[in-house]
Amino acid sequence: MGIFLYFSLLGLCKHPFRFKELLKQIGFIGTGSITVIFFTALSAGMVLGLQGYYSLHKFGAEGMLGSAVSLTLIMELGPVLTALMVAGRAGSAMCAEIGIMRISEQIDALECMAIDPFRYFISPKFLAALISVPLLTAIFDVVGIFGGYLAGVKLMGVNGGAFFAGMEQSVTNHDLRLGVIKSFVFALLLVWICTGRGYFVQKIRGAGFGAESVSTVTTQAVVMSSIAVLVFDYLLTAVLL
Amino acid sequence: MSGGADEIIPAAESAAIRFVEVSKSFGERGRRHRVLDRVSFSVPKGKTTVIAGGSGQGKSVILKLILGLLKPDSGQVLVGDRDIVTMGYRALQEVRMLFGVLFQGAALFDSLTVFENIALPLRERTKFTDQEIRQRVAATLEQLELTGHEEKFPAQLSGGMKKRVGLARALQLDPKIVLFDEPTTGLDPVMTREIYELFTRTQRRLGYTAVIVSHDIPQVFTLADQIILLNKGELDVFTDASRIPYSTKPNIREFARQVMGQVADRE
Repeated sequence: MGIFLYFSLLGLCKHPFRFKELLKQIGFIGTGSITVIFFTALSAGMVLGLQGYYSLHKFGAEGMLGSAVSLTLIMELGPVLTALMVAGRAGSAMCAEIGIMRISEQIDALECMAIDPFRYFISPKFLAALISVPLLTAIFDVVGIFGGYLAGVKLMGVNGGAFFAGMEQSVTNHDLRLGVIKSFVFALLLVWICTGRGYFVQKIRGAGFGAESVSTVTTQAVVMSSIAVLVFDYLLTAVLL
Repeated sequence: MSGGADEIIPAAESAAIRFVEVSKSFGERGRRHRVLDRVSFSVPKGKTTVIAGGSGQGKSVILKLILGLLKPDSGQVLVGDRDIVTMGYRALQEVRMLFGVLFQGAALFDSLTVFENIALPLRERTKFTDQEIRQRVAATLEQLELTGHEEKFPAQLSGGMKKRVGLARALQLDPKIVLFDEPTTGLDPVMTREIYELFTRTQRRLGYTAVIVSHDIPQVFTLADQIILLNKGELDVFTDASRIPYSTKPNIREFARQVMGQVADRE
């Protein structure tokens, strides 16, 4: 898998770069995920707003709601939930697509035509994920904060000025940087695991053969990338906070 | 499995491909199954070599070794005079430019149309303009009687049409050597004859070296200048199908008795 990552990143530097394929993948990973990200972010933000309100209300600190919601979303929930949603939606599709290409000898056909499969279709997926996931995370953060505002301010009656003032005072560049770094790392992890499992579908022990092997590795890819995201979330928080 | 290296390896200049003492095993340690055991043979330039044998005897493994998709456990695989076993990735890519391959399932890119599939090697490996690519692909489509199917996807094609599109793609870069992996598997007798006629026509026109892996015995022998038979760890090479029953290798004689005897009974 290490060599796979090396060739995937190396494929980005090879000429001619497939710009159209990159745009297609950004459309699939990024644009195609906006709806699911929007609803996930809105509900996560609204739950945070409600839960935060009831917790802070006990201490008479409802004014801190904006700060609590925004920090939680920017540093933790935004990058993590975005990565999990993209892994479930686009990661599984990428894994299955590459797995089917492998078992139907389409990747062998590319190699026989002396076309580098990494440059041709794997590297554009890597770059598309590295571009799309941080942008989706930013959308998640904005929509999530709006959800928290709806639940906290519009439903529970927290002062709107206090909500935004708390957010402005507590969110620093360091917090934003942490969220951005996490989203890049998670994007790399999920695209690496999902494309790699599909690419090596015939070499994975116990995966079976044919269509069964593709379904097995697709499930494995989503589970493994989700676990990797959660583990690296802790590690990055511990190191960078 | 040994093919008697001395007698069947012609001089390098007349051989397009040579296997020298090649061995290949599969499976986990302790349960390894040796598919090829010190196999030696050569494929003469500009001629048709048919590799035949039962299922699981290593026919497709030989094709993958020729293409460098698999590495042998030992031995040399020479394309021209270059050993592809020890080659780096870039050099292997150069050697692969000599090949065209028709895969068993055609291996068409299912998200691309017929036109895009055939144009792919031209787009990726040449500097032809869009106009030139269109002209070349249109000419190929006409030769292979595929005109009117350009915008179809592989899932919309019959088995025979998929093979024809696969052959069209394989021939786009004017390859010196074309490898056919079970070109008629899954096709009815009419379509099989059509594919063989297409093969004969294109080879006569382009003069490529052909390696055909098939179990369509004995029909495929009609195309062969050389026949390589594999069975139960033995390999033998013939220039005439009528000599097969007189092989000195017991397993080859047994294979001939089983397969060709059945054919004689049917006839």
